[in-house]
Amino acid sequence: MSDNIDDGGNGALSTMTLDGEDVGFTPGETVYEVSERYRREIPTLCYDERLEPFGGCRLCIVEVEGSHNPVASCTTKAAQGMKVTTKSGRLEMHRRVLLELVASENRDLDVDPMSGYASGEMATLLDRYDARTGRFLGLRSGTSHPDDPNPFILRDYENCISCFRCVRVCAEQEGDYAISVMNRGFGTQITTEFDGILKDSACTFCGQCIQTCPTGALADLKALASKDVPGETKLTRTICPYCGVGCSVDLMTRGDQVVGVLPAMDGPANHGALCVKGQFAFDFIGHEDRLDTPLVRGDDGQLHPATWDDALDKAAEGLLAAVDNHGRHSLYVVASGRAPTEAAYMMQKFVRAGLGTNYIDNCSRA
Amino acid sequence: MSNPLADMDKPDVIFCIGTNMTECHPVAATGIKRALAKGAKLIVADPRHIVLADLADVYLPLRVGTDSALLLGMAHVIAREGLVDQAFMDARTTEGMAFLEHVQRFSPEWAEEITGVPAADIEQAALWYGQAERGAIYYTLGITEHICGVENVQGLCNLVLMTGNIGREGTGINPMRGQNNIQGAGDAGALPNNYPGFQPVTDPENQEKFEKLYGKKVDLENGITKVTALEMCGDQIRAMFIDGENTVVSDPERAHCEKALRSLDFLVVADLFLTETAELADVVFPVSAWGEVDGTQTNTERRIQRLRAAVPSPGVARPDWWVISALAKRMGFQGFEYEGAKEVFNELCEVTEIYHGVDWDKVEDGAFSWPIPFDGHPGTPMLHADVFENGRGIFNLVEQRDPAETVDDDYPVWLTTGRRLASYHTRTQTGRSAGIDYLLSEESLEIHPDDVDEWGLADGSWAIMSSRRGSVRVRVKATKRSPRGTVFTTFSFADVPVNALTGGGYDPITQTAELKVCPVSVVPE
Ligand code: SF4
Ligand code: SF4
Ligand code: FES
Repeated sequence: MSDNIDDGGNGALSTMTLDGEDVGFTPGETVYEVSERYRREIPTLCYDERLEPFGGCRLCIVEVEGSHNPVASCTTKAAQGMKVTTKSGRLEMHRRVLLELVASENRDLDVDPMSGYASGEMATLLDRYDARTGRFLGLRSGTSHPDDPNPFILRDYENCISCFRCVRVCAEQEGDYAISVMNRGFGTQITTEFDGILKDSACTFCGQCIQTCPTGALADLKALASKDVPGETKLTRTICPYCGVGCSVDLMTRGDQVVGVLPAMDGPANHGALCVKGQFAFDFIGHEDRLDTPLVRGDDGQLHPATWDDALDKAAEGLLAAVDNHGRHSLYVVASGRAPTEAAYMMQKFVRAGLGTNYIDNCSRA
Repeated sequence: MSNPLADMDKPDVIFCIGTNMTECHPVAATGIKRALAKGAKLIVADPRHIVLADLADVYLPLRVGTDSALLLGMAHVIAREGLVDQAFMDARTTEGMAFLEHVQRFSPEWAEEITGVPAADIEQAALWYGQAERGAIYYTLGITEHICGVENVQGLCNLVLMTGNIGREGTGINPMRGQNNIQGAGDAGALPNNYPGFQPVTDPENQEKFEKLYGKKVDLENGITKVTALEMCGDQIRAMFIDGENTVVSDPERAHCEKALRSLDFLVVADLFLTETAELADVVFPVSAWGEVDGTQTNTERRIQRLRAAVPSPGVARPDWWVISALAKRMGFQGFEYEGAKEVFNELCEVTEIYHGVDWDKVEDGAFSWPIPFDGHPGTPMLHADVFENGRGIFNLVEQRDPAETVDDDYPVWLTTGRRLASYHTRTQTGRSAGIDYLLSEESLEIHPDDVDEWGLADGSWAIMSSRRGSVRVRVKATKRSPRGTVFTTFSFADVPVNALTGGGYDPITQTAELKVCPVSVVPE
């Protein structure tokens, strides 16, 4: 037996058998959660650990001793003494057929990983089960909204497999209820309230639906616009530069260019959530208006490019002139509430260690 | 915030006042929405019918600038109904008796007169908050950007102290910090009254400590605030060095502010862009942006998190800390030799009690909320668990006070300002990110449809809005989010410099500008 064993508070150890191995669990855990902890790698499609289990795709089926049909492990609670098999010839065949069925509804099986955080899940499973056949070619569910002119979210419902992760993340995580499900079966359709464009719905363009979609049916248009930028995509963990919530993000870069943002599922302040600013307002840093050289005002009254050396000299001279002529209380500094803490520390040290004054403030009063 | 963000789906009663959270702190708002789904009750007080108000169980549409009256009315009901947590008051507060007596004067009917909120709704809100097992208060600038900002906060503290809604999971008094690192800037000592870590500059022990550390005799009195400094420009203040702030557009009384900066002998600005403020400078330094620098930033729950560079800066732009230390060295100041942000941060941790238990490597995963007084300390996600920092919680006998300016025949409309979801401040960043224009392409003035008709305007037409200080031309948007007689806009767009109008007054203690209330006139163009 191994870690995480809990007696459920009633003195009795909760244990079950997983593929012949005795394992402990916390009452309330699902069979899927227990299996994950014991690294069973059960395939899933409609599962997102942040959301209420849904039990729609049935890929996560397992066999439970005493029950005739396999059960969905993501919606089945672990029970004392339960005997579960996560892998067998029968299960694997079931899963393969299920995948082939979903794949048959699906047009584009090769999804660009820039599409979103989970966009490769479907394709990865198809490969793992070698399920890329045309066995069930035929009906496809959903119609696309290429006409939705929003610059952020691609809505290609031909790739939709009706896992409803987008609808659920929007409702459960974001609390926006911007999208919902219409019809059932092959007629299933994800839609906004009035079947219109997202901008006219309750959508806040938080991008959560993009990031949970396992097929790239919903995809990040801003990132995809850079899909032909050469180089490997690199991820760098940092924090959103906008509000005080401090959401963790992974910056996607190719070469020297930031090409997109992925929410950090383990971000301590956001657990995978972002808003429209954190998700999409990243490219100001590469904007052509960025200052790339110091500027010094010349005798003609205009600002001119200068070297650091000249600019620092000029600035030091100007500030010192004020201090020399009017005393150290004639110089005031303002620190930024947007820059890193080190900038603010340096600024206060500038007046305290440099001038011996407390003539400093930050921008919190306006 | 006294409590962590992770607590936001745990209260059974949530009281949001002066916070447009779904637009300004959207991810925090998702916590509240989850709490509601679990059955929590939501009380929302805001002059505007914001999105949160749509979700509220009771919505209190108070007139701008009457927060104190509302809170006094609520305190009155809590006291009258015996919902006071006497054990908590006895154990952890002072002046409680005086306060309970004080609030007898302020019935909900009295509060209705002033706030315009029906007394019955004030009663209901007070009952819910007073009976809450875990009651949490969230607020932002709607509370503080008033001449009575301090009293408003004290009014909220009074509610907390009389009900004991603090120091436990899912409770607390929780200001949401606006800018990404406004918390960190204060922590680091960028304040006229505090050394790093909020150590008062007037305390002799601190003076001695920093004199030794920095090798310089430091003033024994508080410095002056930015507001005062701007007033003294051209007079006592002759030169300024501004890092990353578009003062001209973001501050009230734009004309005054611009004039102040122009009257300086010398102005140095460090920024990402040639902002309206940088255009006035004698020297402009290009700084590295987010995504280009390593560093730390501290969020609204006091969590210290690491920023990491992913791409190089354009041209010869340099990190802020480098620019400031380079200038300091050039001016002959001692103690500015640093190799990188890590060294700067570690020095801050050394001299700061609340950061003392961490260093650059320890904050790698963002696991610590300050105070972290010593190595091995787990950090403090929740403040005031057993004791208040400064001893006992003190009740304040606050009263309602009118805004600096009130409406009259010439300026009969209340203007209140704020922010919108898709833009940030003066749009130097969101305005330069592709696609944001699709959601928000121009400024508008939100006016109640009946007022639009009555004032001879039309949805989409142009209006001239004026205050005692200036005028702007702005497009009209008819919406029931604005109540009758109150209009709303933001200071995001340079072509509608709304801060040309604001600036009627300042909180006398914090000198925070009264950006939330300004009497104006609105007429067709
Ligand atoms: S972007 Fe966010 S709000 Fe819009 S549909 Fe997707 S999850 Fe919902
Ligand atoms: S993603 Fe949105 S909520 Fe999160 S820190 Fe950025 S601006 Fe704030
Ligand atoms: S993952 Fe369990 S049914 Fe889809």
